[in-house]
Amino acid sequence: MMGIDPITLIVALITVSTPVLLAAIGELVVEKTGVLNLGVEGMMITGAVMGFVVAVNTGSPTLGFLAGMASGMALSLIFGVLTQMLLSNQVATGLALTLFGLGLSALLGVGYPGSTPPPVSDPFPAAMAEIPVIGPILFGHSLIIYLSVLLVAAVWYVLGYTKVGLIIRAVGENHDAAHALGYKVIRIRLMAIMFGGACAGLGGAFLSVVRVQNWVDGMTAGAGWIALALVVFASWKPWRALLGAYLFGGVTALQLRLQAAGINIPVEILAMSPYVITIIVLVIMSSDKSRTALNAPAALGKVFHATG
Amino acid sequence: MKTLTKIMAVSALSLGLAAPALAQDDPTQVGFIYVGSIGDLGWTYEHDRARLAVEEHFGDAVETSYVENVPEGADAERVLTQMALSGADLIFTTSFGYMDPTNAVAERFPNVRFEHATGYRRDHPNVSTYSARFYEGRAVMGHIAGHMTESNIVGYIASFPIPEVIRGINSAFIHAREVNPDVEFRIVWAYTWFDPAVEADAAQALIDQGADVIMQHTDSTAPMTVLAEAGAIGFGQASDMYQFAPAPRVSAIIDDWAPYYIARTQAVMDGTWESTDTWDGIGPGMVGIGEMTDAIPEEVRASAQAMVEAIAAGDYHPFTGPLNRQDGSAWLAEGEVADDGTLAGMNFYVEGITGDVPN
Repeated sequence: MMGIDPITLIVALITVSTPVLLAAIGELVVEKTGVLNLGVEGMMITGAVMGFVVAVNTGSPTLGFLAGMASGMALSLIFGVLTQMLLSNQVATGLALTLFGLGLSALLGVGYPGSTPPPVSDPFPAAMAEIPVIGPILFGHSLIIYLSVLLVAAVWYVLGYTKVGLIIRAVGENHDAAHALGYKVIRIRLMAIMFGGACAGLGGAFLSVVRVQNWVDGMTAGAGWIALALVVFASWKPWRALLGAYLFGGVTALQLRLQAAGINIPVEILAMSPYVITIIVLVIMSSDKSRTALNAPAALGKVFHATG
Repeated sequence: MKTLTKIMAVSALSLGLAAPALAQDDPTQVGFIYVGSIGDLGWTYEHDRARLAVEEHFGDAVETSYVENVPEGADAERVLTQMALSGADLIFTTSFGYMDPTNAVAERFPNVRFEHATGYRRDHPNVSTYSARFYEGRAVMGHIAGHMTESNIVGYIASFPIPEVIRGINSAFIHAREVNPDVEFRIVWAYTWFDPAVEADAAQALIDQGADVIMQHTDSTAPMTVLAEAGAIGFGQASDMYQFAPAPRVSAIIDDWAPYYIARTQAVMDGTWESTDTWDGIGPGMVGIGEMTDAIPEEVRASAQAMVEAIAAGDYHPFTGPLNRQDGSAWLAEGEVADDGTLAGMNFYVEGITGDVPN
């Protein structure tokens, strides 16, 4: 790998991956409760525009991030009410949510392309980021990046080792049984859906406020769909979602660096490699049917209608 | 949203048509279709500024309308048909990918004049083409880049491997090498005209590879943000991008379509419009050079300005021999100047650039 600095590559891949990771970890929890929300892309882009608009107008990136979360959550609530209370089809509703989000964001963002958002300060002092090797990798990022990793750890802990996690999984595996035990299936699912919306919205706000520092129509460019693929790739396991996101971001960051280093590989192949690798991994993962089926929440995508 | 914009624009067109139909003198209707959003601060932004200049110049005698974010392909044909049906007299189609739709619609509406930017097909007498010699601006930016780089690595964010982009890379490289024999170009193909996330990542990748001067042939300001953080410099593309001056934006290539749009609208009003092929550069003012800031040393500013003036006066052509192709074979002999046909179809690098042009 002549001419490619591994440290800057790692720093870049972490930044590239974070929006996708945030959206994926949110969707993972949603799917763990047995709900398939295909509206991730729509919630992300709405979070991106609202985060940007609020950050520009208030001068506070923190308020921007909160606005991104709130708008993602509001959009997910539409999905929640439609699918959980009015029992609409989850796939169709999710797709509609994506289309709605893309249109709504374009409308909300009119006049904002080219505005400059306020700078986001890093949590660690600049001196720490100058420590050789580990400095830039561990201490040179913005707060949201650390938050995303903490979020993965928290989701892993809550799902695997707490009563709340047990309830979430019970609802996702067999909603009738959970209902019979007295758990409020719809309420739990609604809360998970809102959590997923907040994560997707935060991912979008990170994209517009930190990574690109600009707002453009359709700027998520399919990141929400990558997040959905990552959840399957991860077999609904939080740490694997992190691995998958960093792998995807790594290939994206690497292909640009291979080009910049003048390494003689056809550019077309490099440019599509992140997507090809995602597809290949998905095919390998799902070729073993029994294993995928074992990990997928049993009630995923099924309509729950409380009887009796 | 895209559909909404279209509906709004089309209804605006038809309303505009309905009202003045009662008046004695119908205002001339001029339509524009844009590939991006008018807020991109680059390519589409400049076309829309020129549209506003047309409105200001003619006042009530002209009514303009536009549709933004029109995909290149079948959608463009539909939007163009709508515009023509709504009574447009003159339509500017402002992206290379509108070439086939423009000619297809022109055939069906022989009384409507069409002006297609950066294309070469004029199948019907009511189609003109126009473009700007952006490579003249790139020569000046390359001259500055060659002087300014300390790492001797200039990064280049390219969009698609089409002649216009390859011409720009060659022009910039020739003039950077001329003043700095050690300079190297690192080229990243982004395969997009406008995707801020990709453009920012590409800029970061080039900086990580040691580039301290970045040129871009993509339209967003996202690379500028990255350059500012890294302390590198760059150039405004299509538009001035002056909000990033004095650094990282040290100068800019500016497209100025207003004089052309005003002249062509006037021609329609006078009844003198005919199919033409226009390719103008710095001299006629279609390509402008943005203010060179203090970040550039004074003597470099002076030599760059001298080059601007020589090009404008027609004394200097950026592709003047001796020049070889990348493989070392001779292209232009001493003092020979490239002809427009070769430039228009340029699909090769000049000697000294490493890497291959993607197919």
